[in-house]
Amino acid sequence: MQMNDKAQTTMDVVHRGLARRYRRERLFRRLGLTAVLVSIGFLALLFASIVANGWTAFQQTEILLDIDFAADHFDVDNLARANYSALVKQGLRQLFPDVRGRKDRRRLYRLVSSGAAFLLQKMVMQDTSLIGTRQRVWLPADDEVDMLIKGHISRVGPESQRRLSDRQIAWIDHLTALGRLKKRFNTTFFTAGDSREPELAGIRGAMTGSLLTMLVTLLLSFPMGVAAAVYLEEFAPRTWWTDLIEVNINNLAAVPSIVFGLLGLAFFLDVLGLPRSAPLVGGMVLSLMTLPTIIIASRASLKSVPPSIREAALGIGASRMQVIVHHVLPLAMPGMMTGTIIGMAQALGETAPLLMIGMVAFIVDVPSTLTDPATVLPVQIYLWADAPERAFVERTAAAIMVLLAFLICMNGLAVFLRRRFERRW
Amino acid sequence: MDAAQAVLKISDMPFPAVDEQQGTVEGAGPAPRADNRDTVGEPFVEDPRMTCRDVNVYYGEKHAIRDVSIDIAHNEVLAMIGPSGCGKSTFLRCLNRMNDTVDTCRVSGRILLDGLDIYGRLVDVVPLRARVGMVFQKPNPFPKSIYDNIAYGPRIHGLAESRSELDGIVENSLKKAGLWQEVHDRLDQPGTGLSGGQQQRLCIARAIAVQPEVILMDEPCSALDPIATATVEDLIAELREQYTIVIVTHNMQQAARVSRRTAYFHLGALIEVGPTDRIFTNPRHRLTEDYITGRFG
Repeated sequence: MQMNDKAQTTMDVVHRGLARRYRRERLFRRLGLTAVLVSIGFLALLFASIVANGWTAFQQTEILLDIDFAADHFDVDNLARANYSALVKQGLRQLFPDVRGRKDRRRLYRLVSSGAAFLLQKMVMQDTSLIGTRQRVWLPADDEVDMLIKGHISRVGPESQRRLSDRQIAWIDHLTALGRLKKRFNTTFFTAGDSREPELAGIRGAMTGSLLTMLVTLLLSFPMGVAAAVYLEEFAPRTWWTDLIEVNINNLAAVPSIVFGLLGLAFFLDVLGLPRSAPLVGGMVLSLMTLPTIIIASRASLKSVPPSIREAALGIGASRMQVIVHHVLPLAMPGMMTGTIIGMAQALGETAPLLMIGMVAFIVDVPSTLTDPATVLPVQIYLWADAPERAFVERTAAAIMVLLAFLICMNGLAVFLRRRFERRW
Repeated sequence: MDAAQAVLKISDMPFPAVDEQQGTVEGAGPAPRADNRDTVGEPFVEDPRMTCRDVNVYYGEKHAIRDVSIDIAHNEVLAMIGPSGCGKSTFLRCLNRMNDTVDTCRVSGRILLDGLDIYGRLVDVVPLRARVGMVFQKPNPFPKSIYDNIAYGPRIHGLAESRSELDGIVENSLKKAGLWQEVHDRLDQPGTGLSGGQQQRLCIARAIAVQPEVILMDEPCSALDPIATATVEDLIAELREQYTIVIVTHNMQQAARVSRRTAYFHLGALIEVGPTDRIFTNPRHRLTEDYITGRFG
């Protein structure tokens, strides 16, 4: 009877505590869930604001003009020197024959981008059979027109404070009514380098620069990082010396990236005399930054290879090198690649060290070699974010979208590799 | 050291009970003393394959193996038993220098394989491990195909001249390990997809493929179910005809079933060595008796 009572009370105590225990568990779970939701919320906000700002940049307002490539206008030996802007102006005048006076005409001409003449020049240089014909050509409108069409600048308010005058707006409306002014897909954004004119600016140069830089970074940091990790993990004896190296590698991973930029400036540019603004140097500087990440990730993945596999290979007489090359490296490779991709993704988004070595310059040409002056996507974003024209706002956002797309692809690839090659023992 | 010296050493031991006992193996005899750490029984044989003398192993400061001297005969199965932490696995791993991979491990004494000191300065561990193969406690096939698991050893040692010769080695090894019937139609499947018992036989086949002289087995059945254990034990009985096998086991029935000689380790010392049936029916040392009768361990 007494035993029974005692058992009863024990269970009572347990039951009394039970509710509190479950309440704590629920609270903990809710906290975790809230944290996840808040971060997802902020991420969604970021993406939404970028997409809302940037999606319009993938369209560009263009104006359809009839261009008369009259033969007497061109000197066959010197096609580049012909007066192409005169052709554009002539095309505009044909549409608005009643616009007279220098001032008004200049305003009219301003509706079309100043880059239109270059486009015509390119067309003629590529295909000389155009000379002597009449062509309907879509030419980019000026960024102010583009902004008006997209609703980013106002049609109302005092004329003196507006970017476009009442007459210009009337012309634009007339062109729209004629079907000669439309928003079309902005191929320029993906095929051109940087420009002072927003409607002519593109990310091709920055993308190529990023690609070349990443290539150098990958080629330098992956083999070096893996080799360092293999040596430290598999061969180096455990002494205070290797401990010191380990501490310093971890330190390097935390050094602000601008410091690596300064190092690059002082050593790669000043001492070695490598070219300024070049993807080669950018890649070298970013390698310094990604190396610690790759070494740390590679060591972790080497450590996670079960010792039983090493023993198995050693037990049938494999040499140390054979154990590593035949068994350990293949098993550690997915982890190493994941670490490398994450390091590369960091490097892709890095701006500060590249500012130091001159990759922040205004570069119009698309780089084609490792020593051509170049810029990279994040630096391009930084440059555009600084530009005063309203049209650069949407281009900045669009460039961020492209950068994010690359980052998502790379991190997705890392997750895929991890899933695909993950092994269980 | 030859057999005559070995006998001399036994009789020299400060352990008067030995002489009396040897005459009265079947009898009850005087009680073996529990405090004596010298080896009792018959640790030495004529014409040994491996000879170990005064082997001491240290892990840093820890003295893991104390003065172990034992011979391993040709084509015998020697079982090493003892409670956990008694050093039997450590000693086993000295026999093919697997302890080299442990930084803090230090081995002294002499271990000879066919008269060659395996800790000699000129000895290369790579060919040594090809001669003294090893099977581990947990089946550890490479995460590769069954074929590649077996072919790996012959490949790195260059034992096969041609693909067909390699095929022959693979088939032969799998047949010897009694696995051929089960896997011959799926050699390209991963070895890790086999059952536990099959994986362990695959590991034995992998060890056989490099034609070792001695096979060391470190508790090869401890991760297997009773049926798989029985299969592996049958396999050990067959392999005895061609190889010298040293097996560490926690399972005394297993030692009794598969081995010809048994060595009992206790706290890093080799307590008693003798024919298996004698050890299990009439142990001479109190510690051995206590262990096999289940008083501790």
